[in-house]
Amino acid sequence: MLSRTADNLYWLSRYAERADFVARILDAAHRLAALPSSYGGRASNEWASALESTGDTDEFKKHYDAVNEHTVCDFLAFSRHNPSSIRSCIETARENARSIRTALTTEMWDAINGAWLELRSYEGRELSRDEFSQFLDWVKQVSLAFDGSAYRTMLRNDGYWFTRLGMAIERADNTARILDVKYQILLPASEKVGGSLDYFQWTTILREVSAFNAYHWVYRESIKPVLVADLLIFNRQMPRSLTNCVGILMEHLDLIADSYGRRGESQRLASNLRSYLHNADIDRIFASGLHEFIEAFIGENNKLGAAISDQYLV
Amino acid sequence: MALAKAFDEMTGPGDLPAGGPVRDAYDTLKAWLDKTPPEHFNTRRSQAEMLFRRIGITFAVYGSNDSTERLIPFDIIPRVLTKPEWDFLERGLKQRVTALNMFLNDIYGAEECIKAGVIPADLVYRNQHYQMEMRSFRVPHDLYVHIAGIDIVRTGEKDFFVLEDNARTPSGVSYMLENREVMLRLFPELFSRHRVAPVENYPDALLATLRSLAPQSASRDPTVVLLTPGRYNSAFYEHSFLADKLGVELVEAGDLFTKDDVVYMRTTEGPRRVDVIYRRLDDAFLDPLVFRPDSVLGVPGLMNAYERGNVTLSNAVGTGISDDKAVYSYMPEIVKFFTGEEPILHNVPTYRCREKESFSYVMDNLKDLVVKEVNGSGGYGMLVGPHATRREIEEFGKRLRHAPDGFIAQPTLSLSTCPTFVASGVAPRHVDLRPFVLAGADEIRIVPGGLTRVALKEGSLVVNSSQGGGTKDTWVLDA
Repeated sequence: MLSRTADNLYWLSRYAERADFVARILDAAHRLAALPSSYGGRASNEWASALESTGDTDEFKKHYDAVNEHTVCDFLAFSRHNPSSIRSCIETARENARSIRTALTTEMWDAINGAWLELRSYEGRELSRDEFSQFLDWVKQVSLAFDGSAYRTMLRNDGYWFTRLGMAIERADNTARILDVKYQILLPASEKVGGSLDYFQWTTILREVSAFNAYHWVYRESIKPVLVADLLIFNRQMPRSLTNCVGILMEHLDLIADSYGRRGESQRLASNLRSYLHNADIDRIFASGLHEFIEAFIGENNKLGAAISDQYLV
Repeated sequence: MALAKAFDEMTGPGDLPAGGPVRDAYDTLKAWLDKTPPEHFNTRRSQAEMLFRRIGITFAVYGSNDSTERLIPFDIIPRVLTKPEWDFLERGLKQRVTALNMFLNDIYGAEECIKAGVIPADLVYRNQHYQMEMRSFRVPHDLYVHIAGIDIVRTGEKDFFVLEDNARTPSGVSYMLENREVMLRLFPELFSRHRVAPVENYPDALLATLRSLAPQSASRDPTVVLLTPGRYNSAFYEHSFLADKLGVELVEAGDLFTKDDVVYMRTTEGPRRVDVIYRRLDDAFLDPLVFRPDSVLGVPGLMNAYERGNVTLSNAVGTGISDDKAVYSYMPEIVKFFTGEEPILHNVPTYRCREKESFSYVMDNLKDLVVKEVNGSGGYGMLVGPHATRREIEEFGKRLRHAPDGFIAQPTLSLSTCPTFVASGVAPRHVDLRPFVLAGADEIRIVPGGLTRVALKEGSLVVNSSQGGGTKDTWVLDA
């Protein structure tokens, strides 16, 4: 297939995934900010952290004076200056979709084009808290509808495989970013502070990756930071864990390589990334440096993204 | 000034009493129109609109802000041509496109027609669409125009005229195909009562045409692509629609590159050689090394590959000269000169403002004439005298005086009308017809019919979609 078509499919999926991620971050931030300060709400600057996990802080500073609910919600949900705002994600996804209409199924086109049309009803006016909350729910529905339509209707060939690569690279990056921004509150040092304050920070992380219920099913015990990190990094059952994302990347890069009869740099890097996770151990990471571990992962994941691009998309 | 009552496709010439006889081709259709309750039309019409929206047929209108994507209005009452009418048109179209190809081959080659004084030399050589690059080599199969849209108007039972030759990158064929699909879905019973010649084989005919044009150096299974300026182009929908129906890649300039005078496209499996480019990009943008250096829509080195005979561009470079309306005015002589036959299809009488006598006549009769720019298209920049205000006529006169070479004038034709569904019910509206002619190395193919465009505003003669025109399904009744 044309490299540009593959590129559009890849980025269309990345942006659909990113829109969902930004919506979850905002949703979790609202929950946390609404708690009384003795439970970790208000005192902590959840808005600064939401901004850091999802956006470009330098770009933000160019347009807003203060970091607060109003400015961060505007920047992350609707700003045209933020290429990762929900609005920008949906618009970019739709632009990508439009230039490869014939490579998409009708259902995928309907999902993304319908979202783009409906987006207008939320834009350019002040949303009440209720409306904003509905908006975030709607965004999650859009990503579900898009991903579901890709899964249910696309032919299983290279076109589909490139959408999976885009989704998995983006998802791995998103999960890693949350860990990167929040690692302090997971580390043992902060556990000394103990008590309810951190508990709600931890549950916020789980909500951001939609794993609050999953945690209990997987570990069957109360929430502990080391297990939260384990779930997000290593757990194979967890759809958004780094291990699972890398597994999806490996699988689909292999399918592409087999189909084209040639392996390359991206297959090699994906394999390295899998070994990197495979050889690590949550207790050792907690002892030696969660931050460094995650930073290194983000770097390698970016390299893999660049390699996929070089090898197939340009 | 009110025009005389136009020829009506359904009722024929002149006014007819309600319930009177209609032309044979419309017998069944008229009965259907009479007995169908108006609500039914309304329902069907909104269903049609929904279908079009769902398929995503849109059309961008340049210079309008809010409507980057807009639907072209579709009218559910078909326009009907009889088999003899179509046979006549088909013969005329084949003759005309054959002559166009011989003409273009000649003005970039032996120049016989200029030497013989068929057409003034300066009109050719000083034309902005005359491409000097094309003089240095022969195009594959000596064919320049492979896909032509010839605009035809009718003024009477047997009076058909060619209004314009579109030999650059004519558009609209996707509407011809989609209009038929929508009609088949909405009115199956109507089709069972008529024998309507199908149009759905157009993509096959187009692909066969393009493949027949592959250069000698291509493999036996040539790779065809469709080159689009991109998704911001007004006809992008059509480009993507056609690429899909043809089963060929829809490429943008960035997808192509040249190496050693061969064109390749970038694919996920590495470079792949391209043999035929159906390009929907104007000459000026094709290759920044030869034409506009600022073009980001073009492929550097493409013209070298073309001159070396390693790729076919479809249509060839330099065909724009035959769209020129001053060149058009010489078509009867051109047809006679190259084919040795009398032209089957007539031109609309045309006054060339570059000629002194014609110019004074035009200036004196602006209020009765249609004046067009020789390079204009899309219905922009023209004057329809009988419908213009005195002020508009004065303004236009100034432009005309300033650059007479840039204009031609024609009498205001009373274009035929066709019953059309409008707010007040069914009423006659003016129509034209754009059949699509495919000239391959093996044969000339024309699917029966074409795109009927209709001026939806009462009395309006401008059918262009950019000026509020709509479209109809066009039926050729087979027996």
